[in-house]
Amino acid sequence: MPEAFLMALAGGICIGLATVFLMITLGRIGGISGIVFSVAKNPAENYWAILFIAGLILGAFLFHFTAGQPIPAFEVSIPLTLAGGFIVGVGTKLGSGCTSGHGICGIGRLSTRSITATCTFMLLGFITVYLRLHGGIS
Amino acid sequence: MKLLMALLCGILFGFGLALSGMTDIANVIGFLDLFGDWNPALAFVMVGGILVSLPFFQFGLGKIKAPLFASSFRLPTKNDIDGRLISGAALFGIGWGLVGLCPGPAIASLAYLNIDILYFGVAMLAGMFVVDFIDGLLTEHS
Repeated sequence: MPEAFLMALAGGICIGLATVFLMITLGRIGGISGIVFSVAKNPAENYWAILFIAGLILGAFLFHFTAGQPIPAFEVSIPLTLAGGFIVGVGTKLGSGCTSGHGICGIGRLSTRSITATCTFMLLGFITVYLRLHGGIS
Repeated sequence: MKLLMALLCGILFGFGLALSGMTDIANVIGFLDLFGDWNPALAFVMVGGILVSLPFFQFGLGKIKAPLFASSFRLPTKNDIDGRLISGAALFGIGWGLVGLCPGPAIASLAYLNIDILYFGVAMLAGMFVVDFIDGLLTEHS
């Protein structure tokens, strides 16, 4: 699947550029979990974050609209969706970041905290999927 | 201008997420299935992102005095590795593995107008607020 590899690489470059532009223009780290929380907690002081979030949704729409790519399926039971969402929320708030803040910006800053966090969440992601798909837990 | 920049950065970020395949949970689970039928494509998302962010943060940022539309850069100041960081990252990894969505794709996927993805987002916010609430209680008492 060389095409999937190229799309992943090109998408990653877009994400990297977006975080760099956000730092150059607004001086902010492009960490989505932090931005989302700031909008929910304090929308009146974070108008920029509201627009960033709106852009995030619009950008995904634009991709599917312009590239004519099908919308990916999302078939997960509601209890699992709620549990997963809740755990992701608790984890990113406790751990001060997610795949973007730690994985892209933090590693770019060569932050030991972010490198540690990224290795940890990747490892636990691998283990969780292994147990779900091959460990008899579903 | 500041708000327009935020919108444009968001659009580029969301476009990148959808283009990369990160908003397709089957793709994400395939990538996380390292010990099974591994689909390595999404590793290139991080490669692409770091290819841009690393040179910028290491060589570019130091040459700029201040952001174009804000008074100063806001960079994380913590540099200690504590139990909170590790346990938070571990929980995040578990949640990511359970569903296949991390915060960025979860929000960008709201574009797909699927109510189930909204449930994920609401549950995620609930989790963040629970931690924030407990943090508030702990600082009050200390």
